[in-house]
Parts: sequence; structure tokens; C-alpha cells
Amino acid sequence: MLDAYIPIFLFILVALGFAIFTLIVAGLVHPSRYSKVKLEPYECGIEPDTDARDRYSVRYYLVAMLFVIFDVETVFMFPWAVIMDELALFGLIEMLVFLFILVVGYVYAWRKGALEWT
Amino acid sequence: MLDTFVIPLLQIAVLVNAVLVAVTFLVLMERKVMGWAQARLGPMRVGPYGILQAIVDPIKLILKEDITPAKADKWVFTLAPIMSLVPALVVFSVIPFGPDPLYYVADINVGLLFIISVTSIGVYGIILGGWSSNSKYPLLASLRASAQLISYEIAVVMTLVSVVLTAGTLNMIGIVEAQREAGLWFAFIQPVACVLVFIGGLAETNRLPFDLPEAETELTGGFHTEYSGMRWALFFLAEYANIIVISAIVALMFFGGWMRPFPNVEALSFLDLVPPWVWYCGKIFFFLYIFVWIRATFPRYRYDQLMALGWKVFIPIAIGNLVLTGIAKVVL
Repeated sequence: MLDAYIPIFLFILVALGFAIFTLIVAGLVHPSRYSKVKLEPYECGIEPDTDARDRYSVRYYLVAMLFVIFDVETVFMFPWAVIMDELALFGLIEMLVFLFILVVGYVYAWRKGALEWT
Repeated sequence: MLDTFVIPLLQIAVLVNAVLVAVTFLVLMERKVMGWAQARLGPMRVGPYGILQAIVDPIKLILKEDITPAKADKWVFTLAPIMSLVPALVVFSVIPFGPDPLYYVADINVGLLFIISVTSIGVYGIILGGWSSNSKYPLLASLRASAQLISYEIAVVMTLVSVVLTAGTLNMIGIVEAQREAGLWFAFIQPVACVLVFIGGLAETNRLPFDLPEAETELTGGFHTEYSGMRWALFFLAEYANIIVISAIVALMFFGGWMRPFPNVEALSFLDLVPPWVWYCGKIFFFLYIFVWIRATFPRYRYDQLMALGWKVFIPIAIGNLVLTGIAKVVL
């Protein structure tokens, strides 16, 4: 069973090897004429006077949290979808209940304005 | 020894090379098609009709100067493009290009789940790339990109569940065989899912009309503004490899993969003269062309419209489609 995954591990190694190898080769052949200005962060020609890692909108955290909730619920649906043939009506009702709870949470988030981006 | 290591390694070598060459020619095709769409000729200088542009571009990128900004986090700055590229390539290990073992690297029973999980890792490359640059535009762009990717991922994954429901398996070969048994491509059984996955795929690969992370008019170069040379090229490769991945998934799950059109009709069996992998690559190419066509046609979304579309339109449609598929499965 696990034998099927050996080629995938080989593939990961080859892909990693390719990425590192090209970076090393490019590192050997590319020119390097560094100057102080060139190494500054790009801000359309204006000298940066504050650090880039400033505070940013809380919306991104909200999206990330909603994502975790919804995505974990989606993962539960995969095993259900695969054995739906055996579960038949029982499986359908179970999943409708599960989806109903999900939708209640979704409607709550929508009504509270968590999905607004303004 | 031969079966577990040597043959897979040969397959991997062929596949990785094929993907990389496909990426360089995809870029050329994009420039050509965009050119024709705008009444230009596109690249014409290098080789006949500019064909050698696909070979010259990578060489140029290797020879370019590769800058690490003074304020950047050096290790993460190098790690990010690698983390972006590796998942984009590894996904191809479970995509079958034909029915016999010669045409796929690995046949695992959770193929689709593997594809979904591995493609999600790519988002780390984007957010780490933007954060480690320590520059304002890349940071903003990487936040936008990751919010966009995870928003559309929910709808896409939920839609894929309804396809799994129709097929009854997560195995990629099984999904194609299920389409042969059904006698219909899943695009006709699940048309809503097909459209949703394709549009979601546009958003997940940061393509127009959803290329907000790279909106050059407001964010200069997007999350890789500070990148140059080969590290930039790795991001570029990853982006285009992901486009090929999405096309391959859509072609496989909704358009019969390697099967010829009408696989159950005996009268058309002369179409079998064309090998399966050619059919599959042809279908992939068709969707790649649509990717470019859409880029040449549609204007860009605004960010709040993009998020509203993902959360308020796609997710309800995905849930509705899932419920309907479940009911249809039990009733029929």
C-alpha cells in the first residue's frame, strides 16, 4: 500500500533538487554589481522611511479563521462522498444535518458582516 | 529495485522536463495570442515567428543578476520560491496521462485529496515571499494573494466533493473510468461544478480577471516585486505550472482525461489511432488557450468584488450543488 507513495517521495526529491540546482548554477554565472541603493526596498523611487512590517487590516485574520472552519468541514465530506453508495439514505440525511449546521454558521457570519470587505 | 526506483525516476525526469518545456512554450503562446488579440504580431525576432523566444528567455533569466535586498530575511527569501515551485511540480505525480502504468508516476487511492493538499502548500511560498522581502508592496500583495487563494479554495474543494460523489472514488484513474461507465463526460453531468472549478482555478492561479495579487497599477509587481533573476524565475515557473495543473485537473475530471470523445461508440474507434496521452494533452492545451483568451478579454475585478464573489456567490452555489448531487445520487 505505502509502496505507491515511494515515487511521490522521489518526485519531491527531484523537484527540490531541480530548484536548488538551478539556483546554484544561476548563482555561479550571474553578475553581481551591488550598490547600496539597489539593495533598498522598492518604493517607486521614494526613500522608505518606515518599516514595511506595519499593522495591516484585521480582515485578513478574519478570512483566515473562516477558512480554517470551512475547510476542516469540507475535509469531513470526502470520506462521506466516497462511500455514499453504501450509506444511501442514511448518509444523505446525516450529511444534510451536517451541512445545515455549516450553513447556520455561514449565515451567522454573513449577518454579522464577516464577509463584507469595506 | 528496477520497478520501485529506476522506472519512476525515468518517468519523473521525462515529466519534469515536459512540464518545464511546456511552461516556456506556454509563455510564448500567451505572448503570441495576446499579440494577435491586440492586433500585434507578438515576439517575432528570435527564430522563425519568434519560436526560439521560449529557449532564449530561460537562458536570459539564468544570466540575470539576482538581488537580495539588504533588509530581507535572507533564508526565507530563498526558501519561498522553492516552496512555491516544488508543490506545483509534485502534483503531476498523481495525474495520469493514460490508462497503463507507463503513463503515470504514482497511482494512489486518495489522488484528488493529494492534489488538493499539495496545491495548497503553494500559498506558503507566496506569503513567505512577500513577508521576507520586508517591503510594502510585496507584503500587501502576499496578504491579498493568500486571502484570495484560501477564499476560493473552499468553494473549489466543496465543488470537487460533489464530483467525487458522482464518481464514487478519489482515485484519478477511477474518476476517468467512472466517466466511461457513465457514458458521459462529467462536464455534462455536473455543468455547474465544471464552471465553478474552472473560474475558481483562475482565482487560485492569480490569473486575470482575478490577478489582484499582481495588479501592476496598484502594487507594482505583486508579491515578487523584490525578486529578480533565478529566484523570480522559480516563482514564474510555479505560476505557469499551476495553470497547467488546473487545466489538467479540469480536463481530467470533467472532460474525460485521456479518453477519446465518445469512448463507448464503436463506430468512432478509428479515433483510437491517436494515443491516449495525445488526447489528454490536446484537452489540456485547449484549457490553456482559454486561460490566455480570458486574460486577453476581461478587465480586472476590484478586491471587494472578488471577495464577495468568492464568499457570497461561489460558496452558496457549491453547497447547493453538493446537496442536489447527494439527493440525486440517492433518488436515482
